[in-house]
Parts: sequence; structure tokens; C-alpha cells
Amino acid sequence: MKKDKAEKKKLSGAEILIKSLKGNGAKVIFGYPGGAVLDVFNHMHDSDLEFYLTRHEQGAVHAADGYARASGKCGVCIATSGPGATNLVTGIATAQMDSIPLIAITGQVATSLIGNEAFQEVDATGISRAITKHNYLVKDVNNLAQIIDEAFYIATTGRPGPVLIDIPKDVQQYKSSVIKSKGVNIPGYKPTLMGNLKQIKSAAELIEKAKRPVIYAGGGVITSDASDLLRKLAEKINTPVTTTLLGLGSFPETHELSLGMLGMHGTQYANYAIMESDVILAIGARFDDRVTGKISEFAPHAKIIHIDIDPASVGKNVRVDIPIVGDAKLILKELDRYLKAKKHTDWIKEINGWKEKFPLIYRKKKDFVSPQYVIECVHEITKGKAIIATEVGQNQMWVAQYYKFDKPRTLLSSGGLGTMGYGFPAAIGAKVARPDMPVFDIAGDGSIQMNIQEMATAVIKNIGVKIIILNNGFLGMVRQWQELFYNKRYAATCLRTGALNPEKDKKYKDCPEYTPDFVKLAEAYGAAGIRITKNEDVKNAIKKALEIDGPVIIDCIIDKEENVFPMVPAGASLRQMMGGMA
Amino acid sequence: MKRIISVLVENKFGVLARVSELFSSRGFNIASLSVGETLDSRLSRITMVVDGDVSIFEEIKKQLNKLINVIKVQDFTNVEHVEREMLLIKVNLSRKTRAELIEIVDIFRAKIIDVGKNNMTVEITGKDNKIQAFIELVKPFGIVEIVRTGKIAIARKKGGE
Repeated sequence: MKKDKAEKKKLSGAEILIKSLKGNGAKVIFGYPGGAVLDVFNHMHDSDLEFYLTRHEQGAVHAADGYARASGKCGVCIATSGPGATNLVTGIATAQMDSIPLIAITGQVATSLIGNEAFQEVDATGISRAITKHNYLVKDVNNLAQIIDEAFYIATTGRPGPVLIDIPKDVQQYKSSVIKSKGVNIPGYKPTLMGNLKQIKSAAELIEKAKRPVIYAGGGVITSDASDLLRKLAEKINTPVTTTLLGLGSFPETHELSLGMLGMHGTQYANYAIMESDVILAIGARFDDRVTGKISEFAPHAKIIHIDIDPASVGKNVRVDIPIVGDAKLILKELDRYLKAKKHTDWIKEINGWKEKFPLIYRKKKDFVSPQYVIECVHEITKGKAIIATEVGQNQMWVAQYYKFDKPRTLLSSGGLGTMGYGFPAAIGAKVARPDMPVFDIAGDGSIQMNIQEMATAVIKNIGVKIIILNNGFLGMVRQWQELFYNKRYAATCLRTGALNPEKDKKYKDCPEYTPDFVKLAEAYGAAGIRITKNEDVKNAIKKALEIDGPVIIDCIIDKEENVFPMVPAGASLRQMMGGMA
Repeated sequence: MKRIISVLVENKFGVLARVSELFSSRGFNIASLSVGETLDSRLSRITMVVDGDVSIFEEIKKQLNKLINVIKVQDFTNVEHVEREMLLIKVNLSRKTRAELIEIVDIFRAKIIDVGKNNMTVEITGKDNKIQAFIELVKPFGIVEIVRTGKIAIARKKGGE
């Protein structure tokens, strides 16, 4: 009798997993079933977890990532062993580079088969070691509850990141009476949160003396939920703010102190401000090469204060005068206490001069849709109250330049890894997290095709993502580099011919106009498709798409030689910006 | 420049791979590596000798500290410490050379741990230069095989600061 009772209290690994996921606040899971995760799905079947079946595991991991970015919560995805696990790799690496909290669960072959080249076996922890914050292979069901709690803790604290948990099939089936963790205490993982007070005081002194200060804000400001503090601090010390791509939304771009984005495709005035500054206050950013340009010539007159939660990011790329390791929000709160209100009238005047002289500007085309105009219209029509996902390439940079991000967690973009195919599934995840918000994926005709299969996911679950394809028939950003740096030799970037040498290819002239026909493609999936070829039609198309309940593709035909300007060539100094007008 | 680094880690499977991968992914060669349990059996100590650029080395140290299973990283480059390595060496032997070899072993305070008809195996512990000198001296007799543990090191003051 007694033994029966004890037996009853035991749960299988699959049950413990689901219980622990829920215990850690997970409500939504994106994924794809398979042989090695059947037990988990079998128990999910009876749970109240909201499950989204994507059409590819990469779609699932990006959707979980988009869910995390839009909501601030931890994303969860699940895939089977072998190809299921390897299909997650790109998405996990994307989350790792952009510090996104994510739990990836993979099935594994039974423990007795591990290492035997069993059917659908890969070494998932081995493969993902370099692209996760941490990972686990669960060899004993008695450790499972503890591992899940640890994984969530690691994924969501410090500098967040993805954690993969690989669970062999037999571990999912074995029963254990250990159904709860003992609480998380990892001896080697204690993130520093409160910055060093002495350093904070030195930073305040440096800011006090600054004549030409600039704040350089990154994704860390959004992660630590420090946007309001940042705005108040910038206003108090009257200091202009430029952001990285992932920092867009951390400071309102409609604010007079906003310089927009800096770096390779940043605004000229942001780059000039950085180059002429005497103090840079970097917050939650990591001086990426796309931001700094030629590192030896970056901000030559500036003393640098660097606030970051990751000690390994501080001083990695540039010399830092005052490093402060910790959480941006806590540090800014403390820093604010030592700062006096300031006015930098002359400096702001100089910057405003650059803003007038070198604005972001483009020519509206007569025979094509202008991509920059499309993005301005999305902002105008939604009044900025929308979530914008991007793919990677020109579409991403036009969004960064022309959409005025005012609120954190409204831009989803693969900044670090630069993953084409990220935007659409991420937008699906964001719409699941924020059904109240209009969600757009601004895409190119190249990148949208990398995860186009998720149309089925969006249509069937009626996830109303509005996809705007800026269709130039080219891999636009690569083509732009070929135009500027490779003598217009458009090798393999023409999507209409796929040719290594499109000029010589006869098909170039009489190939079908659009491959695929995105309107028909939308219709084939049961979604709505709209094609526009002129700027006059842009606003109506966006309005119409917003009226339609469900996913919509707007196929915008743009000039194939449209470029993203201004631009700092790779490896050049931020002073050497090319082309003011696109 | 060769550097000795000591990493205190959780005694779990996969940890060594995480640690060594940080070196290999940056093209650093690990000259020697030794791992063993500490007083606390939940922890292990990895001692490595690595060779490579200083700035990359500093970067790797930071990345090591970021690993979840790493408790402490100690760099012995500028720390007063003692270091030792053990070598097992099998040397050819004949009736003629036996006396001379034993004499060398005595001088170096090494230890003969196995003697056969045609060869003997010597255990020697010490710093680099001592071990190297010993190898040079016995080379003419004909070395059959060498096995070494890799360096281990300990700081002279507590905590190594």
C-alpha cells in the first residue's frame, strides 16, 4: 500500500519537464515534434500550455526569440533530436549574439544509444556549446527539475542568453520522486549587478567636466528596462543620445536629443558627434565593428565610460577609461544621484547644425516604390505604436534609419549574427506575445524566402503579421557592396536569374518578372496578398493590410539599384561617410 | 610566452571541453594540461600551460570566468608560485651503462621505478630546466619513451595574490 503511494507521487521526466516549465512562468512554446520528444508532446497534449507548431525548427526558435524580445520574458522552443536539434542552431546563435533569454529543449536518443550513431542522433550539447550561454545533457531524471530551474535562471539573469537542454528519450520516460528543484545556487555564476561606487563617482566627475558629451546606448538598456531612466538622465545632463541597432527604442527617436543610430549606416550627425565628443557614456553596448568603424580612429578625443553587465564585453574592442560592470538600471539610478543638471548649448547647437546640413534624405522614385517612404508610412499610419521585425540587409537598415522608434521592445532584428529569415518567425512570436499590437515584418525578397514556410503557421493560427516585402529582385545589400566595391559585378545576387553573371545571361531579359509571385504565394497559403508598384499606393496598401484580420503580404516593387546611404565602408573611419542621399 | 593558468571548476562531465574550447576556438595551443579533484570532491582543478598573444590571453581569461561551471581563474604569470612537472622516462640499458645511469639518477634525485633487462624507467619531478637537463644527459644512452604529466603550480601565498 505504502509503496503504491510513493509510486504514485513519482512523475516521469516528461511530466517533470512540463511542470518545471510552467513553474518558471512559461505559457507559450514554439516547436516541432519528432521521435525523440514524443513523450514530452504526449504530456503537453493534456497540459494548458499554448503550443505553436511551426513548419521548420528554425521558425520555432526565431519565434521564441521574437516572443522574448517583444515581451521581456524567456522564450521556449522544443525540437526533436538530430536534424531537429541542428535546425535550431542558427536561431540559438542569433539569440546568443543578441543576448536574448531563450530555453531550447531538444530530445536525444536513449542514453544507452548515445555515441552509437543511432538514428537521428547528434551531439546537441557539443554542437551548441559555442553558441549557448550554457547547455545541459540530462543523464539522470532525478536532476531534471534542478536543471530546468537553473537553465531559466541562467538564461534570464546577468547578460541573458540561450540555454539548451538535451533530454534523452529514456530520461523523459523514467519516473522520479524528485519533482522540484532545491532552489538555484550555482557557485560559478554570480552576475555582478550593482556597479562599483567609486567608479560611478569617477564617471559622474568625468561627465561633470565634459563639454561635448554623447551617450551611446545599446540593447542592454532595453534588457535592463532602463529606458525611462536613460531619458531622464540625458535630459538632466542635456546630452545627445545615439543608439546601436539593438538599442533602437531605448531612447525616443522623436526626442530633440536623439541622434538616431550610429555606425556603418547610422546618421552622419551621430557619427560626427561621436568623433568630436570628449566623453562617451556607453551603456549596455559592446563597441561592435559595425558601430566603431576603424577602431584606431574611433572617437579620438573622447574619454570612455562603459557600463555593461558582461565584464568580458568591457574593454574588449576599445580602451575604456572608466569601466563599470553591472546592471544598467541600477547603475544609472546611482549615477543620477551624483550628477548635476547641465546645459551644453554650444555643443547641441553644433550638432543641430549637422542635423540640418546632413539629414537622412532620399529621392522619391517615380516608377517604383521607395522603400524609405514605405517605412515612414508604416510609422505614420501606426503612429509608431507597432512592433517592427526586420530581416537582414537593406530592409533592416532602412527600418533602422527611417522608422522613429520611441519605445523599447518595438524593434526585433538580428543585429549580431545577421540572420536572414529571422524577421518573419520573430514577428509571429511577437504577435503571440503582444496580440494588442500591430506587428510588421519588413523584409527583402531574398530573406523572406528563408523562412517563408511559416506562412502556414501564421495563417492556420491566424497570427496577423503584416509582411512588407521590399522587392528588388536582388540580394540588395550584397549587390550594393558589389556595386560600390566590386565594380558592379553582380555575381549570384540577382534572384531573378540566379546567375553568376547576370549581364551575360540571356534569361536576364525575359525571365518571369517575379519569382515567386508573392501575391499568389500569399493566396496559396490562404492569406491576402497586395502588390504595389508606385508610391501613391503605399498608404492605402498598409491601411488595407491593417484592416484585414490575419497575415498579409504587401509586395512592394522597388528599384533594383536602390542603395542604403549614408554608409561608412567596412574598416573605414566614421568620418569617411559615403553619399548623403539615397 | 608560455603562461600557466589554473582554473577551478565544477567536477562535472563536459566542463573540460568548455574550458579547452575557449582556447582552441581562438587558435591557442595548449602545451600541457592536467586535471584533478581538489580537497572538495565537487570541484576539480585544471592546470594548463598555454602559448599565445597577451591580449587574446586576457580575453580568454574573461571568457573563462563567464563559463557557468568555472569557479575561479588564476593566472600565474605575475604571481609568485612554485611549479612542478613529473616525467616518466624509459632509457636503454646495458651492463656497461648501468652504473653511469644510476649515478645521473642520484644526482638529479630522480627515482628508478622499474628495471628490465634492456631498459629502465625513471621518475623525475621538477621544474622545466631540471627535467630538460636530465633528458639531455640521458639522451646518449638512447631514450625509448617519455611520458610527462604537464605542469601543475601553486601560489606561494594564500589565494595567490
